[in-house]
Amino acid sequence: MNALDERIVRATQAGLPLVPETWRAVAEAAGVTQAQLFARIEAMLNDGRIRRIGAVPNHYKLGYTANGMSVWDVADDAVDKLGAKVGALPFVTHCYRRPRRLPQWRYNLFAMVHGKSRAETDAHVEEIRALLAPALRAHDVLYSTRILKKTGLRLA
Amino acid sequence: MDSLARAIVNRLQGGFPLSERPFAEAAKALGTDEATLIAKLEAMLDEGTLTRFGPMYDVEKMGGAFTLCAMSVPQADFERVAALVNAHAEVAHNYARDHRYNLWFVVAASSRAQIAPLLSTIEAETGYPVLDLPREQEYFIELRLVA
Repeated sequence: MNALDERIVRATQAGLPLVPETWRAVAEAAGVTQAQLFARIEAMLNDGRIRRIGAVPNHYKLGYTANGMSVWDVADDAVDKLGAKVGALPFVTHCYRRPRRLPQWRYNLFAMVHGKSRAETDAHVEEIRALLAPALRAHDVLYSTRILKKTGLRLA
Repeated sequence: MDSLARAIVNRLQGGFPLSERPFAEAAKALGTDEATLIAKLEAMLDEGTLTRFGPMYDVEKMGGAFTLCAMSVPQADFERVAALVNAHAEVAHNYARDHRYNLWFVVAASSRAQIAPLLSTIEAETGYPVLDLPREQEYFIELRLVA
């Protein structure tokens, strides 16, 4: 990351100032012109360093209190195709392929599933199970019971 | 949740414009005006309905290395191990989960080379092995939670 992009990230990672000319305020804080700022942000949107720009809701406040980490043992030759389908489901917020660690850990697909009750989340998990069924060998759902630490990932 | 808050959650999770008066532009699309939208966003941030408003960065693509780690810790030893894990600044999130693997945390370091020694340190300090589960592939998330 170049120094200019780093200044832009630092000026925006806590959120945009809620003023009418918010980008002008960010540009001033980062020491760049607004045109330079727009060019860098567009570049970061294009290469995926910025996922999107907008409101980041709090799951819990929206009533999504039953949040399970579903884990799946999916045949290697099918996981990418099926993973993309799981990632597209509206109740899934994160979906990743991760390595197996045999014999302790057999699951290679992770999907965070959100529901407003345990029953709703279980129904979502069932929907994923049906979708993965042809290549599925085993699955499990891990519900969080406590947040032990949450500092967020930020530039220091 | 009123209709404007609902519209913000459902239609303003992305696409905030790069322009002179972006709130005015976004407000128009939501059927309101700039001042009302700004006041509403302030209120939603204050009450915690929104955690942030702005660019959402993919920290892994910004550079640096990350991994998800799991440990299986006996209940009697859980608090001690959680405290030892949390004491490392590189540990960003840590969750207790109801599973044989009951401790799940995310490690962020400036390079992949720093992760292995850190996990070895955690294993030595706690006396339990750590599963290292870095993401190999992300599957594109098109839709998001709705209000």
